[in-house]
Order: sequence, then C-alpha cells, then structure tokens
Amino acid sequence: MANPIETNPGGMAKAVREGVFAGIIAFFMFLLYVGIETYQDINNALVWRTRWELLAVFVAVAAIGRFLTVGFIKPHIDRRKLNKAKSGVLEISDKKSFFHRHFLKFALVFLLVYPFLSLLIVGKQGSLKYVDNFGIQILIYVMLAWGLNIVVGLAGLLDLGYVAFYAVGAYSYALLSSYFGLSFWVLLPLSGIFAALWGIMLGFPVLRLRGDYLAIVTLAFGEIIRLVLINWTVVTKGTFGIAGIAKASVFGIWSFDVGAPNNFAKVFGLASSSVYYKIFLFYVILALCLLTAYVTIRLRRMPIGRAWEALREDEIACRSLGINTVATKLTAFATGAMFGGFAGSFFAARQGFVSPESFVFLESAVILAIVVLGGMGSLTGIAIAAVVMVGGTEVLREMSFLKLVFGPDFTPELYRMLLFGLAMIIVMLFKPRGFVGSREPTAFLKERRAVSGSFTKEGHG
Amino acid sequence: MAPGTTAMVKDTILKVDHLSMKFGGLMAINDLSLEAKRGEITALIGPNGAGKTTVFNCITGFYKPTMGMITLKRKTGKEFLLERLKDFEITKHAGVARTFQNIRLFSGLTVLENLLVAQHNALMRASGYTILGLLGSPAYKRAVEASIEKATYWLEKADLIDRADDPAGDLPYGAQRRLEIARAMCTGPELLCLDEPAAGLNPKESLTLNTLLRSIRDEGTSLLLIEHDMSVVMEISDHVVVLEYGQKISDGTPDHVKNDPKVIAAYLGVEDEELEQIEEQLEGGKV
Amino acid sequence: MDYFIQQLINGLTLGSIYGLVAIGYTMVYGIIGMINFAHGDIFMLGGFAALIVFLILTSLFAGIPVAILLLVMLLVGMLVTGLWNWTIERVAYRPLRGSFRLAPLITAIGMSIALSNFIQVTQGPRNKPIPQLVSDTYHIGEITISLKQLLIVAITAVLLFVFWYIVNKTPLGRAQRATEQDRKMAALLGVDVDRTISVTFIMGAALAAVAGGMYLMYYGVASFNDGFIPGVKAFTAAVLGGIGSLPGAVLGGLLIGLIESLWSAYFSIEYKDVATFAILAIVLIFKPTGILGRPEVEKV
Repeated sequence: MANPIETNPGGMAKAVREGVFAGIIAFFMFLLYVGIETYQDINNALVWRTRWELLAVFVAVAAIGRFLTVGFIKPHIDRRKLNKAKSGVLEISDKKSFFHRHFLKFALVFLLVYPFLSLLIVGKQGSLKYVDNFGIQILIYVMLAWGLNIVVGLAGLLDLGYVAFYAVGAYSYALLSSYFGLSFWVLLPLSGIFAALWGIMLGFPVLRLRGDYLAIVTLAFGEIIRLVLINWTVVTKGTFGIAGIAKASVFGIWSFDVGAPNNFAKVFGLASSSVYYKIFLFYVILALCLLTAYVTIRLRRMPIGRAWEALREDEIACRSLGINTVATKLTAFATGAMFGGFAGSFFAARQGFVSPESFVFLESAVILAIVVLGGMGSLTGIAIAAVVMVGGTEVLREMSFLKLVFGPDFTPELYRMLLFGLAMIIVMLFKPRGFVGSREPTAFLKERRAVSGSFTKEGHG
Repeated sequence: MAPGTTAMVKDTILKVDHLSMKFGGLMAINDLSLEAKRGEITALIGPNGAGKTTVFNCITGFYKPTMGMITLKRKTGKEFLLERLKDFEITKHAGVARTFQNIRLFSGLTVLENLLVAQHNALMRASGYTILGLLGSPAYKRAVEASIEKATYWLEKADLIDRADDPAGDLPYGAQRRLEIARAMCTGPELLCLDEPAAGLNPKESLTLNTLLRSIRDEGTSLLLIEHDMSVVMEISDHVVVLEYGQKISDGTPDHVKNDPKVIAAYLGVEDEELEQIEEQLEGGKV
Repeated sequence: MDYFIQQLINGLTLGSIYGLVAIGYTMVYGIIGMINFAHGDIFMLGGFAALIVFLILTSLFAGIPVAILLLVMLLVGMLVTGLWNWTIERVAYRPLRGSFRLAPLITAIGMSIALSNFIQVTQGPRNKPIPQLVSDTYHIGEITISLKQLLIVAITAVLLFVFWYIVNKTPLGRAQRATEQDRKMAALLGVDVDRTISVTFIMGAALAAVAGGMYLMYYGVASFNDGFIPGVKAFTAAVLGGIGSLPGAVLGGLLIGLIESLWSAYFSIEYKDVATFAILAIVLIFKPTGILGRPEVEKV
C-alpha cells in the first residue's frame, strides 16, 4: 500500500481531502458574512452586494492552510518530537544564557532609561507616542494584570469584573479632585483604599460561591458599577464623563499646569512641551508597577500568600488546616482591588478625563487574558504577555504602510480587536499554561527548584 | 494498656453523644455515642457504607450533624462543642486535625510549603497579621525559623526529608499519605483524625505507617482512625469501635471486638454455620 | 392591572429569547463544564444570517409570503451558526479539553472578541435596520398583543418541545445525558463523546440562531455588538435557573425577561440591568446553585 520510506502518499491524499473539506466548510461559513456585504444606500435603506473575490480568498486560505497543516506542519512537528524522544534530550536545559539569568535586571535598566532613549532617538514630539501610547499604556496593563494576578493567579478566584475596581479608583480621583480639590498624592492611596473597601463589600457576600458562580457574580458586579456610573448623572455626569481632571504634580513642588508659576518646564528653563508630563507619568506608573511586584513577591512568602496559593490548590484541605478561607479570600480580593484602584486613579490623572466607556467588560476580559496568557502567578510571564498583547495592538495602529498594500481604505485599527481575539485563541492553543508555566517555590530547605505547571492547579473558581 | 503512658486514669478527649446525621431521607448515622481517650489510638471500623467517614466529617465540622453533641476537651481543661464550630475553627481552636480518604495535598506547592501552610495560624499571629511581617519584625523572623524547624522535624519523622523541595504532587502514593499526616501534625493537634491512612499502601509502607502513628501517640497526640486494613487496626489500636448502618454494634479492646459475633456477622453478613460452608468452598477453589 | 398584564406579555417575549440562548450556555456547561463566552456572539451571528437572508430574499423575490420568508431566515440561520459553532468547538475548544481549566474560558473570550469584530469588519460598525416583518397587533381591552410576540412565544414553545424530545427520548439525548454525568464512563460504554459534544454545540447554536432571528424581528435592528448584553443576560438566566439544568435555563430566561420588563415599567428603565444583576447576586447568595440547580454536596 503506502510506501513508508517516501513522503507517505497516503498522508498526502489525506491532506488534500482535509484541505478540500476545510474549503467547503469555510465556503458555507463565510458565504453570508463575507460573500455578501450589507450597506445603507443614499436613501438610508439597507441593501446588499456580493464580494465573491474576498470570499474566494477566505476559502482558499482555509483550504490551503488546512492542507499544509495536515500534510506538512503536523508530520514535521511529530517527527521532531519523535527525534527528540529518541535522542533522549529533555526539552528543558538547565544551563541558561547570561541574558536569560539577568533578564530582570536588563528589563529594569531598559525601563529606567526608556523615556530618555526615545527622546534621544525620535525627539520631543516623537517621544510622546512612544512614552505615552507604548510605555504608559503597557505599564498600566502590567499593573492591572499583576493586581488581578493576586486574585486569579494566586488565590485561584475567577474574577470577571476586575475593571470595577479600576473604575472605582478612577472615579475616586476624578470626583474628589474636582469637588474637593485634593491632590493626586493624597488621592492615590485613598483610591486604593476605596477600591479595597469595595472589594470587601462586594466580596463578602459572594466569596462563598464556588467556581463559575463566582465568575458570573463578579461579572455582574462589574456591569452594575458601570451602569451606575452611566445613570447616576447628578454625580458622575453619566456618559459625558468627567473632564478637566487635575494633573498630578511632582509631590506638589513642580506643577505641569501651563499657567502655574511653578511649572516644571519654566522652573528648569526648558521649552514648554507636554512630553515632560508624560515622562513624569511614565516614572509614576513604573514606580507603581514596581510597588505591586514588590508587594506581591513579599506577600507570597508570607503566611497569607501561601494560604492564597494553598486555597487555589485545595480549599477543603485549607479548611482542615484551620485556615479561615473566607478571610483569606477577602484579603486576596481586597489586595487585588487595591492595586486596581491605584491604577485607576493613575489612569484618571493621565487622561484628564474619565467616562464609563473605559470600564466595559472587554477591559476585564483583556486583563484576565493577560494574566492567563502570561502564566498564572508568574510576574515575568504576565509582563511579557502585556507587552505582546497591548504593545502588539498598539503597533497595529502604526502600520500605515499597510495602506499601500491594501489600498487607502484600509484602516489597521479596525482589525486591532479582531487580531487580539485571534491571538488569545492561538496563544492558548499552543501554550495552555501561558508563557511561563512553572512556579517558584516560596521556601526551600536545600535548593530552590521551579515547580512544573503540570502540578499546580487553577483553583475552583 | 499502652506502654509508656502514665498510670493515671485516662480522661476522655472526645465524646460523641447521641449523634445523628440525616441526608434527605437517609439516616447515615443513627444515635451514635462513643468516646476516645486521651493518649490512645481509637479505631473506627465497619463495613462499607457504615457511616464512618460521615462521623469524621461531623467531628471535623465538614457536616453539621442533624442531632447530637460532640465535646472535645483540651489539655487545659477547656471544652469545645464541635458541632457549634465552623470547620476551620475546630482545627484552629479545638486542636483537631484530619486527613482525607482521597489524599488532599497542595500538589503544586513543595513538600516544605505544604507543612508551612499547616502552620498558618501560628505564623499569621507572629507576623502581626502580615503587617509586622512586611515590616520585617525580628519576632516574625524567629517564628519563621521555628516553623521551618518544626517542618523539618516532621519531615524526618515521616521520612520525607530528602524530598522537601519537590512538588507534593510528584511524590509516590505512600509518601503522599505520610506527607498528609505530617501536614496535619504541623497544625499542632491534640486529636488527629485519620481517614483510612493505610489504604493503597503495600505491606512495607503499612509497617512504617504503624511506627509513625505509634510515635505520634507516644508524643501525646490522641488518634482517631478509620481503617479497613485489619492488620493495622489490630496492631496499633488501643480501642476499637465498630459501626454498621450508622449504629454502634461493638466497642472495646481489639481482642474483644475481634471475637464479638455481631462484628463477624456484620463483616461477613452471614451466620456462623454458613461461614463454615463458605470457607469450605473457598478451600475447594470454587466461587 | 391591564398595564401589569401588558408588561407580563412583554417580559415573556423577551424571556423566551433569553431562555433559548440560555439553553446553549447550560448545555455546554453541563457537558464539558465550560462557560462558552462566545455563545452570545453565536446568537449575534444568527441574527446577522437572518438579516442577510431577509435582504436577499426580499430583493430577489418581491412579495414573498412572510411565513416562508421567516422560515427560511430562521432555518438558514440555524444551519450557518450550527456550522460555525461546530467549527469553533473543533478548532478552539477541543484541543484544550482536559487541559488547564481556564484555557478554554480564555479561548472562548478570545473567540467572542474575534467574532464580534469579524462582523464589525465585514459588515460595518453601523446598526442595520430592517423594515417591520410582521406588524399585526391584537387588542384585548386595554392590552395590546402583537403578532410577533405571539410568534416568538409560539416558536419558542415548539422548539422547546422538540428539544425536550431529543434530550429525553432519543439515543442522541441519552448519549448527551450520559456524557454529562461522566464523560470517561460514557466513552468506555461506547458513546462517541466527541460526536456528542459536537452535536451539543450544534444544537445550542441552532437555538441561539432562532433567538437571534427573532430578536431581529422583534427590534428590527442588528448590530455587531448585539452579542454581549443579551449573551450576558442569557448566561445570567442559565446561572439563575441553575447552570446545567435545562428547565432551569428556560425558567431563568423567563424570570430575567419578566424582571427586566416589570422593573422598566414600575421603577426606572435606566436601572433595569442593574436590577437583573442584583437579583442574580441575591439569589445566588441565598441559593448558591441557582433555582433548579442540584444542591452541591461537598465531597470530602
């Protein structure tokens, strides 16, 4: 029958069959949504036209993709696995490169010089984009994901409404600074405390729920807070949002308000530019991130942190050891919420404007995705995931050269979330435990060895 | 009875009075009373479905009994009504620790970490509920050292010291059983409840377990255990209680229980004459 | 009183739609223990399929009878979304079965984001209005019942009956129930588990597609982000009724529909969703497994 030495013709036939099958499936899947375009004509009536070329592209991509996967990629991967197994080489090698060992130090130094580096390379006007859109944007998500990591990654509680605490922090700053004129440095800790209190208030009744019930209730709370922000117009101005929120100052010494006598640029005799404020904010959020990381690392080695991880592994065993699981869950919830609150007040100070639009479920989903994609519990992995996912979608905004390829109508931003969603799926399929799947033990007798991800559990909720 | 204990009359550590537990229409435990003495190993035996684990779950607070009273008396003389406490309070305040029939370890934590989690309450207090610990108080550092020492002590006793830094999920089955016992001991209990500690062990492991349990008793912790392995029960128990259909059918020393006709009938479900017949058939190689 | 009955009817109509979508959530959860976050977007795809079929048929065959039009809209929607959900399960969920529990949840969320943005990209971000399909109304005293409301309730009832029959009376339903109880054991006894799960996804999608088509007919408009809010509400309904329980999903759907319309009528329309979610939280706090959910006995 099939010749085992040659490139397996039976396999080829199978690949062709699968490819044709995939093409047929794709044809029917995309026939209506891609093959037909609905649009409104001049009379505002909905009409349709066909797009057969685009449909053909979709079908071809599906068919050829499937053909290549079955015919070439999969056999290749299998062969490689087989060879590896034969030669007896384990996938993990103990020797790490110099760069790998000192990765964290390099990363930190890079972050510290990043704003100046971008000033040097692209100048003041160009840096705005790199410092703000990339630097600050990514670091906000790093901080949020690290905060949520305490709840989901360590304590194993699935929270789908984390954005609620972000909102509480942002509105605490926006409202208290506009109504009472309090400064950023007073409100930053206050916002964290408010968010933590909300975490306790919301957490107390629901934390005895298990698993997916907890997930849906946290989602519901997230939506409730957003809806209240929309509808309680007297205080929150509803969907219009709160604008003109005061900027943060350098501990009250130098201000970034243009008219102020102690304006930062004026004091130092620099040409006026908004880039100084962005650079200042960059360092603020960097400091907040480092604080989050420091507290997380310290807490993990404290009894409370170990109890969180134990809770993720087995709640019943925790109770049998005399651990008050409700209190333990509440502290995880409140600590996570607190960091969300810090990030929120920073967000308000950075934007100068908050509205309920910024606190939709999608944000919670993105933050959760970053935590899981990074590898639950691993700070490094989560930071990498934030850079890849948030930075990746930001890069897409910049790809104006794509217009040359796809024509002037092509707006890459439109594809941002589509690609984000697809990336989430693809990363999970290839790395279900995230980028960093192993866990660092918090104590050791003789030597510290990372615990493989296959032993850790993901919590009951 | 047991060697090495003082000659004074042993007082009761655990007293179960008229305990009943109903699941829907099913009476899992029916008016059960039993006692466990301080410094003894009390075994709870009975056929499958007799309600042994249910009794355990009532004692350790995982179930709330329908009726009855469970009293635990600590060394200090302080008494606790266990049916009124929450499960974690029973361990925390009343000094009762337990293991599970299906081993429940924190499999992603290392062996050492498992034992440190068990010392949660003591460490929490020492760390000033985390705040002093975050500030790096010396008292907390001392407490951490003490906790690692305690863990090391139990690791040595349970013969796990070489695996201290491995994930608990990586241990072989027998070692996991011993780790679960060591972990329970790290909570500093006065009464240790073991749910089938010898299940799934080979004869050699079973022997090591017997030694471990005896030494736990000799160090002053009372034990209550559910066991199917009669070699373990008869070997190490000071006192045996037999359950059937949620009721006590026999209570006394291992020898007394072994010869109690009610117990034999309960286990084999047949009268003595029939038993002989069955034995004959077995020897004949049928069945 | 009339006003109350009027709201009751509106609530039942909406509740039927939520109930149909909720069944998909609850079935998938029951059989593989996963929250299929993309299910709301499947509902949206069903609505869009109906919309596009509507446009094509009305422009090619002017004067086509409404009954046939509606039937074709719903049928095509069922087929297309069934195919989508089958493919999604094959590509995105099946490889992760038995893996880390949060992984399929994350792919489902990713799928939800991808699907709604796919429609946004291919069909545009604007709302798509269509003319009234059925506009007859009946008056009983002060109460107004529209034909489309009757249709929605009737179609839901018929589908529920068919669905109930499949689950309870056919070998396929038996395989589904067996897989739900114990997947490994079912596989050992010769149930084709993969196929059963695939069929479950197709059935859930078909019901959601009908709901999507009826939603379009009821409100006369479709939008790419229609999947989220109804999806979350349907999921809320499934949890409220007791996730995993089929009658629970329908009951939960009807309850959510009623709460929504009664709250809008008597309190404030702005806070109707707050009321829905608050009632969910309260029910779960007092009855953690939902109204018809099996009480969870903690296995120690």
